[in-house]
Amino acid sequence: MSTEKEREPLFSAKNLKLLREPLGENNPITVQVLGICSALAVTAKLKPSVVMAISVVVVLSVSNVIVSLFRKSVPPRIRIIFQLVVIAMMVILVDQVLKAFAFEVSKQLSVFVGLIITNCIIMGRLEGFAMANKPWESFLDGVGNAAGYGLILIIVGFFREFLGSGTVFGYPVIDKIGLYNIGYENNGFMILPPMALVTVGIIIWIQRSRNRNLVDKS
Amino acid sequence: MKALRKQIDKIKPHFEKGGRFEKLRSLFDAIEVLIFVPDRVTSRGSHIRDGIDMKRVMITVFIALIPAVLFGIYNIGLQYYQSINVEAGFWQMVWFGFLKFLPILLVSYIVGLGIEIIFAQIRGHEVNEGYFVTGLLIPLIVPVDIPLWQLALAVVFAVIIGKEVFGGTGMNILNPALVARAFLFFSYPKWMSGDLVWIAGLVKSEGVADSFSGATPLAQAALYEVDQMPSIMEMFVGTIPGSVGETSTIAILIGAAILILTGVASWKIMLSVFAGGLGMGLLLNAFAINPFMELPAYYHLVMGGFAFGAVFMATDPVSGSQTETGKWIYGLLIGILAVLIRVLNPAFPEGMMLAILFMNVFAPLIDYYIVQANIRRRLKRAKSN
Repeated sequence: MSTEKEREPLFSAKNLKLLREPLGENNPITVQVLGICSALAVTAKLKPSVVMAISVVVVLSVSNVIVSLFRKSVPPRIRIIFQLVVIAMMVILVDQVLKAFAFEVSKQLSVFVGLIITNCIIMGRLEGFAMANKPWESFLDGVGNAAGYGLILIIVGFFREFLGSGTVFGYPVIDKIGLYNIGYENNGFMILPPMALVTVGIIIWIQRSRNRNLVDKS
Repeated sequence: MKALRKQIDKIKPHFEKGGRFEKLRSLFDAIEVLIFVPDRVTSRGSHIRDGIDMKRVMITVFIALIPAVLFGIYNIGLQYYQSINVEAGFWQMVWFGFLKFLPILLVSYIVGLGIEIIFAQIRGHEVNEGYFVTGLLIPLIVPVDIPLWQLALAVVFAVIIGKEVFGGTGMNILNPALVARAFLFFSYPKWMSGDLVWIAGLVKSEGVADSFSGATPLAQAALYEVDQMPSIMEMFVGTIPGSVGETSTIAILIGAAILILTGVASWKIMLSVFAGGLGMGLLLNAFAINPFMELPAYYHLVMGGFAFGAVFMATDPVSGSQTETGKWIYGLLIGILAVLIRVLNPAFPEGMMLAILFMNVFAPLIDYYIVQANIRRRLKRAKSN
C-alpha cells in the first residue's frame, strides 16, 4: 500500500489541485477572507505588493515543509509554539534578505514583513495542512495558498497604483499616454486604505457572480 | 393623454418577456410609470391601502428641494458676477446660474438612471424612484465648477458601491448622495475644497481674482479670520460662496417645512441635529481658546452644509434610525460630531458629510439597542404581573 503511494507522480491530479484551488475557488483572501489586513496595508503601489507576495510564498512554502517534516516528532501540546518558531525564523530570514538587497522596498513595507508572522493564512496552513500531510504536498499547498494571496495582492496593487498614482511599477503610464493634458486627474481616494477594501470587495463580487457555488447559502 | 396611453399599450407587448425588445424592458417600464400611475392592484383578498407610495414620497422631497435649487441657481450667478466685479441684473444672474447648473444636473441624472436601468434589467425588477431624489441632491452638494467626468465617476461609485451592492433602493447602509460627495472629496480634493472652487470660473482665472476671496465662511473661521466673515444675515439668506444648494438656510427651512407638514421626513431628526450642533457649539464656547471656538454657537447652524444635511441628508429614512428614540440619539450625535469635526479637526473644514455618514453606519446599532431595551422592559413588566 505504502509503496503504491510513493509511486504517485510528483504532479498528479490531486497534487495539482492543491496548487490550483487556492488561486481560484478556495482563495485565501476572497473566499476564506484571511489576511485582509496586510492586503489593505501594502497594496498602494504595485512593487511592495509583488515583494510582499514573493515573501509570503517563500515563508509559507518553506515553513510548511519544515513543519511537515517534524509533524510526527513534535508533541501535539507544543505544536503551536513549534510552528511559531518556524514561521518567525523564516520571516526574520526574509526580512534580512530584503534589508540587504531591496532596502527601499523593505522600508516601504516597514512592519508588514515582520507582521507576516501574524498572517492568519500561514498559521492556518501549518495547522490545517502541514501537520497532517507529507512534505511535498505541504510544499505545493504552501506555494498555492501564498500564490493565491499574492495574486489578489498584485491585482489590487495594480489597480490602486494605476488609478491612484497613474503609474505601473513606477512607470508613468498615464503621463505617457497624455491623459493629463485632456483634464484627467489621479484618484487620490485609491491610495487610501478604504479603497483597497472596496477593490477586494469588487474582486469578490466578480468572482462570486461567476461561480455561484461560492455564494453563502444563509 | 389618452392617445399616449393607447400608444404605450400598443407597443407594450414588444417589451414583455419574449418580445422583440425584451432587453429594454426596464427602460420601457421606467418611462411608463413615470407618465402613468402604475395600475398594479393586490391580487388576492382586500386591503385598505393608502395612496402613499415611494413615488409620492420622492416627489414630495423633490418639491421640498426646489427652493434650494432655485436659490442655488441664483447664487451661482450672483457669486460669479460679484467675483468679476460686474454689475448684472437678476435674470442675467439666474440665466448664468442655470447654464452652470444644468450640465451638473444632467450628468447626475443620466449616469445615475442609466446604471439603475441596467441593474434593474439584470436583476429583473422594476426601475424604482430611488434615484429620483438622489439625482437632485448630488448636484446640490458639489461645488459649481466640479469637472463633469469626475461627477459622473462619483455617481457611478455611489450608485453601484453605495446602493446596488447592498440590494438597491431601500437596502443601502449609507446615503448615496453623500457617498458620491465623499468619493469626490477624497479622490479629487483639489476640486472639492479650498478657496477657489466655490465660485464659477474662479479656478481657471486665478489672476483676475487677486483681490477677491472665494473662501467659504467656514474656511475663514478655520483661519480665525472671523472679522472677514459675512454677517449672520448674509449666511442665513445664503448669498455666500459654497456648494450649489446648501448656502441658503431660508430656502432649506422652506423645504423643511414642506417635509414636516407632509410627514415625509422626521422632525425629530431635524430638531435633534440642530440641538446637537447648538449644544456642541455652546460647549466649545465655554472652553474657547481660539476665535473659531469663540464663534457664537448659532453661527454653526447657518454655516456650510449643516442645515442642508440636517434637513435632507440626515432624515433619509433608509440610512437613518428607524426607532423613535433612536432618531433623537442619531440626530443629536450628528449635530455634535459635525461641529466637533469642524472646529477641532483642521484637516476637514466641514464635518456635516462625515458626521452623517458616520452615524448612518451606527443607525442600525442604535436601533438594535432601542429594540432590545424595549423587549427587556416589557418582559420585566410581564414577569412582575
